[in-house]
Amino acid sequence: MYKEPFPFFQNSDIIYLDNAATTQKPQVVLDAINDYYTLFCSNTHRGSHELGNRATQEYEAARKSISSFIGAEANELIFTRGTTESINLLASSYVKEHFDTVIISELEHHSNIVPWQLHELHLVVVPVNEELNIDLNVYECILQEHPKSFISLTHVSNAFGIVNPLNSLISLAHQYGCEVLIDGAQALAHLSIDVKKMDADFYAVSAHKAYGPTGVGALYGKYALLEKMNPYQGGGSMIDDVSFEYSTYLDPPWRFEAGTQAIAQVLGFKAALEFIRTIEGLEAHNAKLLEYAKAQLLKIEGVQLYTYANNVSGNISFNIKGIHHDDIGILLSKQNIMLRTGHHCAMPIMKKLSIEGTIRLSFAIYNTQEEIDICLEALQKAIRILR
Amino acid sequence: MSPNSIQAAIDTLSSEFDLFDDVMDKYEYIIELGKGLKPMDDQYKKPEYKVQGCQSQIWLHPYVKKGKLYFEATGDALIAKGLVDILIRIYSGRSAKEILESDTSMLKSLHLSEIISSGRQNGIASMLKRIYGFAKETSASQTAITDLAKEQT
Repeated sequence: MYKEPFPFFQNSDIIYLDNAATTQKPQVVLDAINDYYTLFCSNTHRGSHELGNRATQEYEAARKSISSFIGAEANELIFTRGTTESINLLASSYVKEHFDTVIISELEHHSNIVPWQLHELHLVVVPVNEELNIDLNVYECILQEHPKSFISLTHVSNAFGIVNPLNSLISLAHQYGCEVLIDGAQALAHLSIDVKKMDADFYAVSAHKAYGPTGVGALYGKYALLEKMNPYQGGGSMIDDVSFEYSTYLDPPWRFEAGTQAIAQVLGFKAALEFIRTIEGLEAHNAKLLEYAKAQLLKIEGVQLYTYANNVSGNISFNIKGIHHDDIGILLSKQNIMLRTGHHCAMPIMKKLSIEGTIRLSFAIYNTQEEIDICLEALQKAIRILR
Repeated sequence: MSPNSIQAAIDTLSSEFDLFDDVMDKYEYIIELGKGLKPMDDQYKKPEYKVQGCQSQIWLHPYVKKGKLYFEATGDALIAKGLVDILIRIYSGRSAKEILESDTSMLKSLHLSEIISSGRQNGIASMLKRIYGFAKETSASQTAITDLAKEQT
């Protein structure tokens, strides 16, 4: 029902089920990028000519629109290259100076593990139970042991689709004097996000997983915290005054946006979120596909599902007993079905489950039940060949 | 072209592959090759023999016997094992010189994207690199031995 806005599907009959890696882009996003380059291409925040003013206005309007999409104010949103850079920025400009310990969960993506290691911060890992959920009692014990730490947790697990109970996790964290970053990479396209309601101190997103362009994302931070942060990179557009002896910097969020920004991508990002706003029944569509895929998968002999719980969004991960996930991935790809197999950049949780990886179906608004049927038929064929 | 050359081995394989109209039949054949891959001695299933490539695990043990290079390998996924079997058929039992004089672009006629694409996550491409690397090392040490022998005479 929602394939029409996406030019990719006019050029291809591929069944695309790798949306947790990146989504296809609707025409409105491509138009926004094209309009910038063809109608008002100019640098932002420099000079005072008309064209530059237009680009700056559009860019700042995008900041306002994107921040309001997640319930934030415009001056609380820093543009970055994506979730990964948002986390790296925060580690470098803030956490390494104010904290010794970072608490993460076993479900985290490598991008929420490695940046902390690069700054030699002490990592404390919250285990997950058999259903891959964080046990709040275990979590609280860790907070008691490590109060006033920095906490960085995923909103939705990229490998298993688990949705963390953020309200409880964040309010408990605050009770123990901790500050919290939420990795929202997998949530932006699927869930309604309100950073104020959940009371996150920081929230990181990527555009490309939510129908937007690659190479752009954002970091939300409470303004009082952003003010405490050091610049991430030095360069043009982030300075107040520069001499050879000393430089002063602009206020947030511009303090963190050195050099020419990804202007076209930022405008595409805004268009993507405006596109999401127009879709009715987004969460219901997503839930219906997940339920259907789960029910159909369970009919296949030897299927090992990893997520039986109901708090799952966007993707479903499984294996077939006795068959390597990579073999399945290749044979599905030969049948025109694109999905991800492997460790999904979450090696530690794979090690905990004693597996090398999984087969992951991840959905977007253009996917249909019929596509799931075709995919699972192709899966059965692959299993027949491999057994 | 010698009937036993690397090019001839590739040509034989690609004419076998040409018999398949359906790509799934071709991969079914590769899977059969994978199931039939000669087992490798478990002592070589160690980190130093592991080929980097993040999709599935492959171990490759290269060795020299009577001046020729031999390869034995194993893996945990069937298609990867089948592709490994293909590379062993092409490269095992040859001199270092013969391998180094052959160009990997010759493999394109097999129409196997898993071998051709050279991404960092492609274990088969890494295995190919290891084969050529071993040929280079062996060639260098064989030259050194010849030079030493010349010096001694």
